[in-house]
Amino acid sequence: MQLAIFIIFAALAIAGALNLLLQRHPINSALSLVVVMMSLAVLYWSLGAEFLAAAQVIVYSGAIMVLFVFVIMLLNAGEEEKTTGSKAAYFAGVPGALAVFGLLTYVFLKENGFIGGVHLSTAGAGAISNITEISQLLFTKLLLPFEVTSILILVAILGAVVLARKEEQS
Amino acid sequence: MMTEVPLAAYLILAAMLFSIGIAAFLIKRNIISVFMSIELMLNAVNLTFVAFAHRWHAVSGQIFVFFVMVVAAAEAAVGLAIIIAIFRSRRTLNVDQINLMND
Repeated sequence: MQLAIFIIFAALAIAGALNLLLQRHPINSALSLVVVMMSLAVLYWSLGAEFLAAAQVIVYSGAIMVLFVFVIMLLNAGEEEKTTGSKAAYFAGVPGALAVFGLLTYVFLKENGFIGGVHLSTAGAGAISNITEISQLLFTKLLLPFEVTSILILVAILGAVVLARKEEQS
Repeated sequence: MMTEVPLAAYLILAAMLFSIGIAAFLIKRNIISVFMSIELMLNAVNLTFVAFAHRWHAVSGQIFVFFVMVVAAAEAAVGLAIIIAIFRSRRTLNVDQINLMND
């Protein structure tokens, strides 16, 4: 069960990420990023993080990606044109990304015995959801950071409004 | 029947998503696509946080992911507002043509 869920949604996430890389039109990239985020939400659930799975769907694929799609439509962004002067990115980008991937994979596989495996913790185990645990920690010990993030969001909203506003004609 | 998935599989998936994000960040020429690849990298890192939080039964990893999500939302709002402002003054979304500091 755990293995089947992992294989299906990992394949979906990688396919979506590759589609984001290969599509030339930004709206196609945005929609494939939604696929990646939804499959990551399922993977969070399979790791026993129900709250984060819900937050991923609501915040990432609900709010952030809708904002992206709004901006793409507002600016009427077309297909990206091929330009000169960006060849260095092709020659450095793909080998660099492969090197990072190879290094991380090597480390993870080397420490495989130490980091162990994952069971589907929620299904049928009768386990209490960890939302209680999260909220207890978040609203007692971490109350100050939680309130600071609300101020951060307020400042970000004000900044977005000021930046995106049309300049007054003078 | 419960089959076990090695935690390394989750971590390798996250590494794969992160590398695709790096490649997209470097190769994409549209500024909105570049910004979306940053979001992809943030998501990949969140997956490693959740996987390790599950492994060590520590809820603080999940709280960290919650804060990353909040900051990512704020960052997306400000970043997209900056993109709108750039488009209004330069009439382009191509990162090669946005070279204000070069002139």
